[in-house]
Amino acid sequence: MATQIKVNGQTRDVDAPPDTPLLWVLRDELDMTGTKFGCGVASCGACTVHVDGQPVRSCSTYLEDVVGTEITTIEGIDSPAGKAVQKAWRELDVVQCGYCQSGQIMSAATLLTEVPRPTDADIDAAMSGNVCRCATYHRVRAAIHHAAEIMEG
Amino acid sequence: MTAQTSRRSFLKGAVATGAALIVGVRPNGAFAASAGTAAEINPFVRITPDGVVHVVIKHFEMGQGTTTGLATLVAEELDADWETLAVDLAPGDSNRYANLFFGSQGTGGSTAIANSFMQYRQAGAAARAVLIEAAAETWGVAPETISIEKGVLTDGTNSARFGEILDKAATLTPPAEPALKDPTEFRLIGMDGLPRKDSRGKTEGATTFAMDVRVPGMVTAVILHSPRFGGTLASFDAAGAAGVPGFVDAKALPNGAGVAVYAKNTWAAIQSRDAVTAEWDFSAAENRSTDALFAYHRDLLNAPPTYQTREGADLAATAAAVDGAETVIEAEFLFPHLAHAPMEPLNCVIEPTENGVKFHDGCQFPGITQPVIAQVLGLDAANVEVNTVYAGGSFGRRATPYADYQTEAALAFDMLGRGTPVHLVWTREDDVRGGYYRPMAAHRAKIGVKDGQIVGWDHRIAAKSILKGGPFETVLVHDGVDEVSVEGIKDTHYAIPGLSVGLTDAQSAVPVLWWRSVGHTHTAYAMESLIDMAAEAAGQDPVALRLSLLSGSTDDQKRLTGVLKLATEKAGWGAAPEGRFQGVAVHKSFNSYVAQVVEISVADGAVKTEKVTCAVDCGVAVNPDIIRAQMEGGIGYGLGAIMRNQITLTEGEVDQYNFPDYEPLRMSDMPEIEVHIVASSAPPTGVGEPGVPPVGPALANAIYAATGTRVMQLPMSENGVEFA
Amino acid sequence: MRCFLLVVVLTLSFNASAETLRNPAEFSSIENPDIRAAALFQEAAKVFQHARCANCHPAGDRPGQTDEGRPHSPAVIRGEDGFGHPAMRCESCHMEANRAASGVPGAPHWHLAQASMALVGRSPGEICRQIKDPEQNGGRPVGAIVMHVAFDPLIKWAWFPGGDRTPAPGSHQDFVALVHAWIEAGAACPND
Repeated sequence: MATQIKVNGQTRDVDAPPDTPLLWVLRDELDMTGTKFGCGVASCGACTVHVDGQPVRSCSTYLEDVVGTEITTIEGIDSPAGKAVQKAWRELDVVQCGYCQSGQIMSAATLLTEVPRPTDADIDAAMSGNVCRCATYHRVRAAIHHAAEIMEG
Repeated sequence: MTAQTSRRSFLKGAVATGAALIVGVRPNGAFAASAGTAAEINPFVRITPDGVVHVVIKHFEMGQGTTTGLATLVAEELDADWETLAVDLAPGDSNRYANLFFGSQGTGGSTAIANSFMQYRQAGAAARAVLIEAAAETWGVAPETISIEKGVLTDGTNSARFGEILDKAATLTPPAEPALKDPTEFRLIGMDGLPRKDSRGKTEGATTFAMDVRVPGMVTAVILHSPRFGGTLASFDAAGAAGVPGFVDAKALPNGAGVAVYAKNTWAAIQSRDAVTAEWDFSAAENRSTDALFAYHRDLLNAPPTYQTREGADLAATAAAVDGAETVIEAEFLFPHLAHAPMEPLNCVIEPTENGVKFHDGCQFPGITQPVIAQVLGLDAANVEVNTVYAGGSFGRRATPYADYQTEAALAFDMLGRGTPVHLVWTREDDVRGGYYRPMAAHRAKIGVKDGQIVGWDHRIAAKSILKGGPFETVLVHDGVDEVSVEGIKDTHYAIPGLSVGLTDAQSAVPVLWWRSVGHTHTAYAMESLIDMAAEAAGQDPVALRLSLLSGSTDDQKRLTGVLKLATEKAGWGAAPEGRFQGVAVHKSFNSYVAQVVEISVADGAVKTEKVTCAVDCGVAVNPDIIRAQMEGGIGYGLGAIMRNQITLTEGEVDQYNFPDYEPLRMSDMPEIEVHIVASSAPPTGVGEPGVPPVGPALANAIYAATGTRVMQLPMSENGVEFA
Repeated sequence: MRCFLLVVVLTLSFNASAETLRNPAEFSSIENPDIRAAALFQEAAKVFQHARCANCHPAGDRPGQTDEGRPHSPAVIRGEDGFGHPAMRCESCHMEANRAASGVPGAPHWHLAQASMALVGRSPGEICRQIKDPEQNGGRPVGAIVMHVAFDPLIKWAWFPGGDRTPAPGSHQDFVALVHAWIEAGAACPND
């Protein structure tokens, strides 16, 4: 019994129980592996995707929660904020191991959409759920400020 | 820009062979060039007919920047076009891709650039030599007239891209000792802001980690491990898993270490394992609690140490000197077990090949994985292929001397009949609770201070040996002394009279492993805290005392002095802004020298780390921005652990389970960081680990300056320090 | 000191077990309605002060977590509307119901109570007075409070928290009955 969900603008059929976490639907059913498994308990943010534009932890979101929504993953992020964030990330070479960065970028993109000129306090609040064990935080912060400048043109 | 003749030769080359130019090293050490994929050459550089330079990276990429660093070395000598240059992760092959310091293929000890610096430059220079010779012959000009600029050869009249003269170049033999650039000619080495090679893939979610490898017909296996270290499986019951959609099977591992639970996908495997119950035999397990383990370590310090690790040291003379001092400092430091917790939990894929198996793994030690797995599966090591993929961090955990998780994968693969590809996956819970921790350690020091000088120092360490019983024992255990238990103290460069460093090995079934900067994680904390305590007792400024203890003439002392002066000058030592407090530490590890000044504020009793000023001397700075990134990351990694991480046991069972109770450093904890790199022409040394050791003691010293509290047990948050 | 510590330990272990609530009928023998109301509220306050309720009625801008009420990790903040920072909303992790897969608790409109309704560190008397004060309780007349506690699914969640979280004392029904009886008795508050 397939469930239909819409990921990055495409309708996809998923044959999985309704209480399957979206994370594993994306990774194991749809082979979209850009969204990462870090903790499974919504503590690290590596699995962050957008559901109707808002960041959610896909490990804590069930397949049944996202029927009828628009899901965006790192593979499909093309909002102005998303593009600016990716560009800023590259210009400042934020990444180290890179495993958390899909989630960092998804959270940062929402932050810049909601708050075009975020303060350091905004960054602390919006990004505290995204863990980076390489501790690239210093550059994540700088890159968010840089992305804000890119968006202002 | 490209001459017509050259264009034609490019087309001819592409059509005729479509082969790449490969430059590498023959088994006898001589450089060679070849068309195609000649097996006798170890490829380090491949240039494809489209002109793209591929650098084969022998050190896996866990974020420390090897793909960029090794590529820089080749691109520098070759004057390749950085933008189009590609990196290929080398397969497992110790004959070709050995770490020149280890003798087999592996990454660790912050050695990647240090051991590759000449090798990769030479490979680039060899490629350059054949390309220039090929162009010279083609154009009928002298090689000296030809230069290369961003992948384009020119003599002023003719010009050609690399891809256009591959066929010719492939017929030539590179010089045995290709000429290297003089450092004054460097354009990429030392260039600030050379873009990382792995940024694009990692910002698009396109980089393949082992977790992302998908092989047709693959099943996922998770392991139900013993809840206590050293426990063995008595029996299990998988009936509960039968109803989980996607459950395949559950089988006892032949080594008694647990139950392999198989399913069609990861989530089904995790759920199935939750439904499996097991009985364990704990008779040989670690059944003690952390309190008892600490008490045991402290007891070991009461007896005379098993080993005197400092040549020429005399414990009796030290004791006499201490007893005769005006002031005696007695201090004990306790360090908990720590998990590495890389972002990507351990995992790998194993699949059958015609003659053996192939791993897809963020493999840190192919030189260990291949022989160990060969033994586990009864194969020839040559038939254990390793496809190295990007690793989501390691911090030492993937550098396993026992190939522990690859062995689990091999056993799980074997039990399914060796025909089904298996993805072995550890969850975060497995990672936090799975052992191979930074060892618990206890230090006790008795320091005599007289007339403002240190006159004697009895230092004792008790810790479980990381190396004994493993393959590195013969290399790094000397006369019974596990060097990594005492590194950073026994070999201190401070001129300390009467320093005795004793070591007693602790015994426990808790598996231990190197954790980013290894012994320095605890020795630097103890040493640099004690130096501050001695400075206070001697009535000296902490920096002044360090400078006087480093005033000798050795290279190490000069370079330590250099970073200490640079960091303190940049941080404005002694002139902290109102409400800020400073602490300092300086330490040598992995042949690099790092000093850090930590600046904190305290509000309502809560400490906030505001700023860290770091100075590093790592010889030639190949990639300054990556050096900065590694210092930033090392500081953050060390800081998080020092602040609040510990693995504790209750009757042998790990108390923590996942990030919520092994709370990582987060955005709001991260201080401002300023990194200053000492200009140097010395051979390059490590940067992956050396940023870690100083931050803990520098923070402890700042906390002491602010509050008068000396933190001697870690983590700080569990021992009296509240963080904002 | 040793005795004092022992008391603390006993209290904590008592809180951690499934605590009960007394039935309103047990208070009917108290004739003075103010004293009866105060006693009823005192009993209901076991719920208000419980981690399941207090965690999302923090004194500052950061919620609590676990039975111990430690600061929420990650360090989320209240935000202007109590639903978090605009880019880190409560529903980024907390769904409409508990999620067994991740262990993350959930209920409809998961959010923080307004700051004026903080329960952490407040005595039963203080909680009682603020609950009655329209300036602090979101403009609710006293009679409406029972509707709030009776029908808000987020409040009901406190008795079905999932995982190994200790449920709020008694049953939701007992709690509503106590609040109702307190209002019926005139809604007087305990002194402290």
